[in-house]
Amino acid sequence: MNKIQTDIDEAVAGIEDGMSVMIGGFGGSGAPIELIDALIDRYKRTGSPGNLAIINNNAGNGAVGIAAMIYAGMVAKVVCSFPRSTDSRAFTERYLAGEIELELVPQGTLAERIRAGGSGIPAFYTPTSYGTQLAEGKPVAEFDGRHYVQERWLKADVAIIKAEIADAKGNLTYNKAARNFAPLMAMAAETTIVQASRIVDPGGIDPEHVVTPGIFVDAIVEVAEPAQEEALLRAGAQS
Amino acid sequence: MTAKLSNAQIAWRAAQDIPDGAYVNLGIGFPEMVAKFKPDGREVIYHTENGVLDFGEAPPAGEEDWDLINAGKKAVTLNPGASFFHHADSFAMVRGGHLDVAILGAYEVAQTGDLANWSTGPKSVPAVGGAMDLVHGAKRVCVITDHVTKDGRPKLVDKCALPLTGVGCVTTVYTSLAVVDIVNARFVLREKLPSISLEDLQAVTGAELVADKVGDLIVPEV
Repeated sequence: MNKIQTDIDEAVAGIEDGMSVMIGGFGGSGAPIELIDALIDRYKRTGSPGNLAIINNNAGNGAVGIAAMIYAGMVAKVVCSFPRSTDSRAFTERYLAGEIELELVPQGTLAERIRAGGSGIPAFYTPTSYGTQLAEGKPVAEFDGRHYVQERWLKADVAIIKAEIADAKGNLTYNKAARNFAPLMAMAAETTIVQASRIVDPGGIDPEHVVTPGIFVDAIVEVAEPAQEEALLRAGAQS
Repeated sequence: MTAKLSNAQIAWRAAQDIPDGAYVNLGIGFPEMVAKFKPDGREVIYHTENGVLDFGEAPPAGEEDWDLINAGKKAVTLNPGASFFHHADSFAMVRGGHLDVAILGAYEVAQTGDLANWSTGPKSVPAVGGAMDLVHGAKRVCVITDHVTKDGRPKLVDKCALPLTGVGCVTTVYTSLAVVDIVNARFVLREKLPSISLEDLQAVTGAELVADKVGDLIVPEV
């Protein structure tokens, strides 16, 4: 078994117009910049993939990563918990102009919906958002004297995530807090595409240290010394 | 105008009530200041939503690792014994009742324990982050806040007017004038600044203060 691909453009070639795309990362930590850039490059050359639904904790910062996708005009919808950042103009301008749809989800509910999506659990109950605007229209139930809100699973056509070390079988480790949503998204997407800073032979990751088992991964490309979104922003990156 | 505590002093007061060995989540912004005032000799383990337990202070400028941040997207360091985990495990810690204390900011707190701290209304881009999760699960959900708004209206109210973050979730409110526990859907005054009378405090509070046993709120200059 070998899930390694050598060409990053080929790795993301299956992402098409109108797909839902989970993108790993929390702010700049874990953002798969090179995979995103490969999508933007293709969109600018060919006009595809557009009309995407993006699932991420945030909605882009500055003019790199998800913000660059929004500026390029590829994004129709964002599912996130916190669409504000130090510079969230890319999202804010289009949202206020009615050009981009927002589904706002509490952060823990977002994580659990993605986990449920990857785990074959169509719905679950959480105390989060009970009695608030974000629970409107959702079923509510009482368990042991407390109220809970029913939330549904969240799946996607594709996940693009950033790992630290990968092997050809798709086993992954991450770098520090860059892990965040990535292991959940890898489970919940039909196809999971990974950029890894380093690829090792199978066995090169101690099985005790595997964070995402390879069954959740479909394709891996090596991106040595990947860009870090926050570092790009602080260096004054423009799209 | 009556003397009132500074934000740093409010944070100091809240920090005194964090027990030794507690697992704590500090909300982004003002609540992060509480960590500065942890009493010597107490061990506190901080949790951040994005998957770190036992993070420490910010690194020196120039030594940031931007893959190692807190929920406020600020660079942090690790204490010995720190751990990483994915987002679903992180919120299992939150909702599953594993955190001892969460400290949050507020626009309004109702005497029923309802909290409004995520939205000022429909005009802005809505953003909730982890606030609605954090108010459920921690054994104590504390709020630190000025006692009144910038234009002098009570922030401790009968009923929240702004969109709710959670229902019946707040345990204790540390304000610029008082420490107020929420017990059986009532504001129970635990401490107040000695310089303010009960009448004057009640006048800037939007619901009745139960004042059976009131201590002095004494905070050093910090």
